[in-house]
Amino acid sequence: MNIHEFLGYRRENGRVGVRNHVLILPLDDLSNASCEAVANNIKGTMALPHPYGRLQFGADLDLHFATLIGTGNNPNVAAVVVIGIEDVWTIRVVEGIAKTGKPVIGFGIEKNGQHTTIMRASRVAQEYVQWASEKQREVCKIQELWVSTKCGESDTTSGIASNPTVGNAFDKLYEKGCTLLFGETTEVTGGEHLVAARCRDEKVRGRFMFMFNRYQDVINRHKTSDLSDSQPTKGNIAGGLTTIEEKALGNIQKIGKKCMVDGVLDKAEEPTGPGLWFMDSSSAAAEMVTLAAAAGFTVHLFPTGQGNIIGNPILPVIKLSANPNTVRTMSEHIDVDVSGLLQNEFTLDTAGDMLLEMMIRTANGRNTCAEALGHHEFVLTRLYESA
Amino acid sequence: MIDFLAHEKGDLVGVATVDIKAGQVVKGVYMDSQEPVEVTAVMDIPLGHKIALADMKTGDTVLKYSTDIGKVVAPIRKGEHVHIHNMKTKRW
Repeated sequence: MNIHEFLGYRRENGRVGVRNHVLILPLDDLSNASCEAVANNIKGTMALPHPYGRLQFGADLDLHFATLIGTGNNPNVAAVVVIGIEDVWTIRVVEGIAKTGKPVIGFGIEKNGQHTTIMRASRVAQEYVQWASEKQREVCKIQELWVSTKCGESDTTSGIASNPTVGNAFDKLYEKGCTLLFGETTEVTGGEHLVAARCRDEKVRGRFMFMFNRYQDVINRHKTSDLSDSQPTKGNIAGGLTTIEEKALGNIQKIGKKCMVDGVLDKAEEPTGPGLWFMDSSSAAAEMVTLAAAAGFTVHLFPTGQGNIIGNPILPVIKLSANPNTVRTMSEHIDVDVSGLLQNEFTLDTAGDMLLEMMIRTANGRNTCAEALGHHEFVLTRLYESA
Repeated sequence: MIDFLAHEKGDLVGVATVDIKAGQVVKGVYMDSQEPVEVTAVMDIPLGHKIALADMKTGDTVLKYSTDIGKVVAPIRKGEHVHIHNMKTKRW
């Protein structure tokens, strides 16, 4: 298997995407209806409805803009139509995305009404989708691929087999100079010393521990008991995981044996160079994957034990599982079956290669299970209440 | 057939890779060294759940990946099912 190159879409700013979406992006909850109407009018476009964007403030508002702009900026996106209730914040999103050089335009609904907005936005969306449909894939180097990971509905087979498979793949991609991401701040609890030991230097270690402790403070402030009703989840417990420490030690198998943690990112923040990055993020699957997409990642590796079925509108999510019951009962959700690892039928190195082969096929255009099943989970992370 | 896997030598629990029945003599492997290990199961243990590789008393630390994964909250015999009924987190 050639894992030196893949076929991607080169964007105006030089970044490479593996999908060619035209997005109809709402600034706020009120604009979802218009965006969905435009996406219904113009085939080949996709609306990303979400419930927020009104009366947010401070860091929470900054994160809202960073996530929307980052989603538009992602190289898996060819062009964007933004619709908001008013012009000022709509223009802020448009200007953020315009820096990539890709086609983007915004429409405010106030003083125009919904019918006029839908008509105007549909005209541009049609131009964009016809323009994007002529874009051709070209041969790109593997280090131009940005790969993120997050696991979900984990069980003990995740720690034994599917997460180490991602770790094996990450070790190989790291050597090639790829840009890699992991996160899930609460789910390193019990293994934080192991992540800290893998940090490149004292500065990175200090920033990692700052992010880790910041999240622990949030939990300690809001918890009602010991969080054992939520972490591990009911699914984790059904799968045999007993404590957060056990779950975390399985989780961090995803960063392999050799990669160093080269940098630490805040939520939705874009990395500034190749290497392995830690992003402070929730462990809720759709929230974390949405943040990874907003940070510019173009393909995602998602190991599951009990069978988390998540997808993302713009980031192809490749599922792998080592639980023989899950791959049997939920086969339509699993792209790579590594259950043979439980009986030593093949080595971890082979499993890593199987995953990389599927990653390249996915980058080249193969639809993932989540894409084929229509999973478009776009979930914005909120930091606190609206004003 | 591998009935259970343990991550590292010294771990106090293994993970069932098949559904285990009480009374069965089950064969396991330490993943770090591929060294075999045998235990008699004293309870049914479903696939993915943990089997005790040693006796443990209340307050003991449970080791998996050679690392602390929590504390024993009810005495555990070798071959028993280890889960939320006899083990708990030390965090939060």
